[in-house]
Amino acid sequence: MSNEHSMRRVTAIRNGTVIDHIPSGQAMRVLEMLGIGGATAVPVSLVMNVPSKKMGSKDIIKVEDRELTQSELDRLALVAPDARVAIIRAYSVAEKLTINLGDELVNVVRCTFSNCITTNLREPQSHRLKVVQRDPLQLRCHYCGRPQNLDELAKNVL
Amino acid sequence: MTGLITMDDLTNEEILSILDDAERLLPVARGEMYLPLLQGRILGNLFFEPSTRTRMSFETAMKRLGGDVVNLGDVKTSSVVKGETLFDTIQMVDGYTDIIAMRHPRQGAAQYAQDAARVPILNGGDGAGHHPTQTMLDLFTIKQAHGRLEGLKVVLAGDLRYGRTVHSLSHALIRFGCELIFASPRLLNMPEEIVSDLRSQGANVIETEDLYGSMADADVIYMTRIQKERFADEDEYARCAGAYKLHARHLSDVKQDMIVMHPLPRVDEIDPSVDKTRHARYFEQAFNGVVARMALLCRLLGVTVPAKIEGGAL
Repeated sequence: MSNEHSMRRVTAIRNGTVIDHIPSGQAMRVLEMLGIGGATAVPVSLVMNVPSKKMGSKDIIKVEDRELTQSELDRLALVAPDARVAIIRAYSVAEKLTINLGDELVNVVRCTFSNCITTNLREPQSHRLKVVQRDPLQLRCHYCGRPQNLDELAKNVL
Repeated sequence: MTGLITMDDLTNEEILSILDDAERLLPVARGEMYLPLLQGRILGNLFFEPSTRTRMSFETAMKRLGGDVVNLGDVKTSSVVKGETLFDTIQMVDGYTDIIAMRHPRQGAAQYAQDAARVPILNGGDGAGHHPTQTMLDLFTIKQAHGRLEGLKVVLAGDLRYGRTVHSLSHALIRFGCELIFASPRLLNMPEEIVSDLRSQGANVIETEDLYGSMADADVIYMTRIQKERFADEDEYARCAGAYKLHARHLSDVKQDMIVMHPLPRVDEIDPSVDKTRHARYFEQAFNGVVARMALLCRLLGVTVPAKIEGGAL
């Protein structure tokens, strides 16, 4: 792959999803929360720590040939609540999506408390974390009521 | 109101109203009269963890009111040992009963069960989480002794980290403007998030390791057992066990009407010499478990406790 081709892939994609204005250094966690890893077949481009007028520096992710759904994007509220998302079709922005942090995250992540009833993976009920404060973000498990450690939550993505 | 999972499920008015119901039910709880308010109703007792007082008092409460009880029995001989999920167990018992009392080692299990069930769930303890029916009997005992709940000074001592009774009780007491003193060995301090919650609600909370120095103007001293089963580490248990041993000689300078409470079972934290003092209230407290649970069963099953109780002859 030529260097020129690689640059073009980062700057423009034909079809897919662009996630911009990710807080600097959070791109890897965003990929983790979207379940995009080594087994992902579609091309994924990632730039980190690039200059941003609004944020000072930021990360950007471009996922080709895959339009992320609103519920997938809502997961990002945990690590990149102000990210901007564009669905690209034929090199043009076809849709702009915003990440919604509702009052509750349902089946997005598992509670981080080791003795919570939901740590039994065979239990079929939804995993539910309530948003108790938005800035800074504070979440509590609907079941055990324990406050959540946001650093550990990324490991508990469902 | 569906079930009772935490004390947040009850308003202060509801708490006081249920305690009033309990007061009127005392002759029925003592077996002095028969009042079959819950005839034809079935309570499912699901205790996934050992329990003596809570399970037996639920059963007694139901039977004193003419209702029936079915028990999960020993977890080792139930479907749980075969790997049945809590969800499935609840689905089954939900069909058999009108109300469920449950204790489970996992925190959040009661809320989980309530979300899965049609019938009300009474949380009889979920891990180190909540134990609201214990709180109701504790509040009943305090109100019986002092005639009020408002503005009392309450010392909670012992295992405040793992002791679910003190978690639920603290949340309830601050709603009535009580001042709380948490006396515990440092390893067993009240969880930080609970202290922070209580303070954010305007509570006056003092944390100390000095139990004996905190008793002089207390209205209630609430002792708890250091729970061996909550420790993964034997050495840690040994360091904390026996941190406080309340003896009658410690009570010479306390207020005349101060009461000593304990959710029981006790080990060494209250010396038997205290039993004979005017302050000991833990055995009445254990009895009150029946009357408080009678009132709760009626409330959750939508049965009104008559303003004047006139039961049938025994």
